[in-house]
Amino acid sequence: MLGDASILFQIAGIGIVVAMIHTILKQMGKEEYAQFASLVGFIIVLIFVIDGISDLFQQIKSVFLFRG
Amino acid sequence: MDMLQIVSLGIVASLLVVVVKEQKPSFAFFLILLTGITIFVIVIEYITEIIGLIEYLGVKANVNGMYIETILQIIGIAYIAEFGAHMVRDAGLSSVAAKIELAGKVLILVLAVPILKAVIETIIGFIPA
Repeated sequence: MLGDASILFQIAGIGIVVAMIHTILKQMGKEEYAQFASLVGFIIVLIFVIDGISDLFQQIKSVFLFRG
Repeated sequence: MDMLQIVSLGIVASLLVVVVKEQKPSFAFFLILLTGITIFVIVIEYITEIIGLIEYLGVKANVNGMYIETILQIIGIAYIAEFGAHMVRDAGLSSVAAKIELAGKVLILVLAVPILKAVIETIIGFIPA
């Protein structure tokens, strides 16, 4: 999953799409749905990032001889 | 050529951040975070090789394994603290970043305690009672 730029494009794309959805829903007057859409997008991206962080920490642990 | 790859990754990431930042600053921050993680993961493969060399040298020189392990752990803590502090500072919380750095320093000192003890015991051994 890591080591290529596709995930960056993915996140940037999600960000732009979510911003668009947010704007459209706001224009339609559905403020709470707009907030909800933002929150969902945020959580999706957060999952990507947490995946990356856990991967990195596992690797650091194995490289720098942290046991337990 | 991995260097070119890393540099182009950084440039692509900064372009994407510039695009996304106007609409959603939080997503821009996640982009920054993931870029840092990706570069770190690429770099850590090379660090593995270097550490292999250090361990090999230690075995050849008959250095006690405990010391080399401690030194590697200290290097690891330094890397992690640096990484975390930079990330937190990017998010705009420089005071928390300073605390992370402080914690890194303290933990490094704690890890170095056995080595310091050994040094002090050696010195005391030199002094005739």
